[in-house]
Amino acid sequence: MAEKKEALFSKKNRKLMTDPLDGANPISIQVLGICSALAITVQIEQAFVMSVSVLAVMMFGNVIVSAMRNLIPSRIRIIVQLVVVAALVILVNELLKAFMPDVSEKLSVFVGLIITNCIIMGRLEAFALGNKIWPSLLDGFGNAIGYAWILVAVAFFREVLGSGKIWGFQIIPESFYELGYMNNNMMILPPMALITVALIIWAQRTRNKDLIEEN
Amino acid sequence: MKLFRNILNGVKPHFEKGGKLEKLYPAYDAFETFLFVPDHTSHSGAHMRDAIDLKRTMFTVVLALIPALIFGMWNTGYQHFLALGVTEPDCIESLIYGATKVLPMIAVSYGVGLGIEFAFAISRGHSVNEGYLVTGLLIPMIMPADLPLWMLAVAVVFAVVIGKEVFGGTGMNILNPALTARAFLFFAYPTMMSGDKVWISLGGEQAVDGFSGATPLANAIEGGVNAIPSIMESFIGIIPGSIAETSGVAILIGAALLLITGIASWRVMIGMFLGGYAMGLIFNGFADSADNLYMAVPAIHQIVMGGFLFGMVFMATDPVSAAQTNKGKWIYGFLTGLLAILIRVVNPAYPEGVMMAILFMNVMAPLVDHYVVAANINRRMKRVKTA
Repeated sequence: MAEKKEALFSKKNRKLMTDPLDGANPISIQVLGICSALAITVQIEQAFVMSVSVLAVMMFGNVIVSAMRNLIPSRIRIIVQLVVVAALVILVNELLKAFMPDVSEKLSVFVGLIITNCIIMGRLEAFALGNKIWPSLLDGFGNAIGYAWILVAVAFFREVLGSGKIWGFQIIPESFYELGYMNNNMMILPPMALITVALIIWAQRTRNKDLIEEN
Repeated sequence: MKLFRNILNGVKPHFEKGGKLEKLYPAYDAFETFLFVPDHTSHSGAHMRDAIDLKRTMFTVVLALIPALIFGMWNTGYQHFLALGVTEPDCIESLIYGATKVLPMIAVSYGVGLGIEFAFAISRGHSVNEGYLVTGLLIPMIMPADLPLWMLAVAVVFAVVIGKEVFGGTGMNILNPALTARAFLFFAYPTMMSGDKVWISLGGEQAVDGFSGATPLANAIEGGVNAIPSIMESFIGIIPGSIAETSGVAILIGAALLLITGIASWRVMIGMFLGGYAMGLIFNGFADSADNLYMAVPAIHQIVMGGFLFGMVFMATDPVSAAQTNKGKWIYGFLTGLLAILIRVVNPAYPEGVMMAILFMNVMAPLVDHYVVAANINRRMKRVKTA
């Protein structure tokens, strides 16, 4: 009895990718991975590289764990997941060191700390352990992009208002500074990352009333 | 007054249910209740109603702020002319110069803040709260006089939106909005809010050689008690500082009004005074063995310096963000005073510890209340058991 083969981008599979962008966003709705949103969103470049790293770890991690899901004894699954994620993180870290030493230096320990990013463990536990390889890949991709857009958005505001730059290029003209404009130092401090995330959540919930909890 | 009544009655139909401007009713309501005591009556049962409602309360606080404000204006001008080398600045000229600095700040603060309040009230459909009448006046009063107006506007937006509206508006905020504005500027534009250059309004002119604009707080870190104005000078307040915080005399006149009308909590004020005094004494005790000269400043001197009195009378007593229980008010006030002096003396990066201390204790106030209530319940439970 052959099951009807599901199309690669069926409606269900597309939903796996699009849900985490908005209605099930890992940062703004599930409030996971907040630490990295604080730590590396001072500049867009760092946020972008971090996002790509998380994307790689999440997709490969999901695929590998999904492939092994029937072999892993349930008792030791967390350890197995950790080993997989740790191996991937080390690979990413070495690649960054080899090809992008400047950024790697700026990100310092935070690449290593991807391993503690709750989103990754969360997706492995909640999705990859119980689903086939292809949906797991899509789920990893969707969640990583959902994480990435918040990170880059926060970094955008922090970099523009905090140092007057976008991706390291000065965009606020010198003449503004001569008129008395000043960079907002508060944007560079970690609390403003939280407040910026909060403002994004606010905007999101105003747009989508379904997300507001009853109480 | 009759004129206002007639105008209001004339436009009222437009704002009532079914009228063209129904959505803007909160804005209309705000003006009507501002000008006239509302004639609301309760619909069921007996309710005691006092003649003093939120608008009247806020207006009393504004009244209490006036002496400090006038003094602040004059002092701004006086310090300005001193810095330019005038030895005996004219009283009226000083006041006028100060007014040209301070009044635009008040206008910006009210304009931006009330604009946001009205926008939120209309979008949420509740009436405009009066809380901002006080906040809007407090904000300019605790800023340096030469602060650019756009920075003030940004700070007001931050304080009203992040400090107040996101929590649900007046009465729901956990932090004192005026201090939130100041803390925001302190971290966002530190060069405009600290150091020895910003406290005296130069108005673009050059100060005379050898003139130092440092506040007593900054001097105390450098040179201890010998480097600062005497207790009497600090108390009267003809020294550099934020606009309205320098004069203890003017602030205490306001405090008297607040205490007589019963609007501010005397428990918080006295608690904070005792806390500051106690911490000052503790530091004095250790002054000989430490090389921090600041520690040797007499306790009473600590209290008359800087923003301590202003914070004690007008900031810590904010009925919304302070502790609510009577015992809690003592604890809250005492710890605020204690922390204010502690931060001031031990951490030279934050010369004005009062701001940090009050904000910190604002956050802790619900915790204080919680334990006060829990202790009361325990005490009464014991009484039940022994009986």
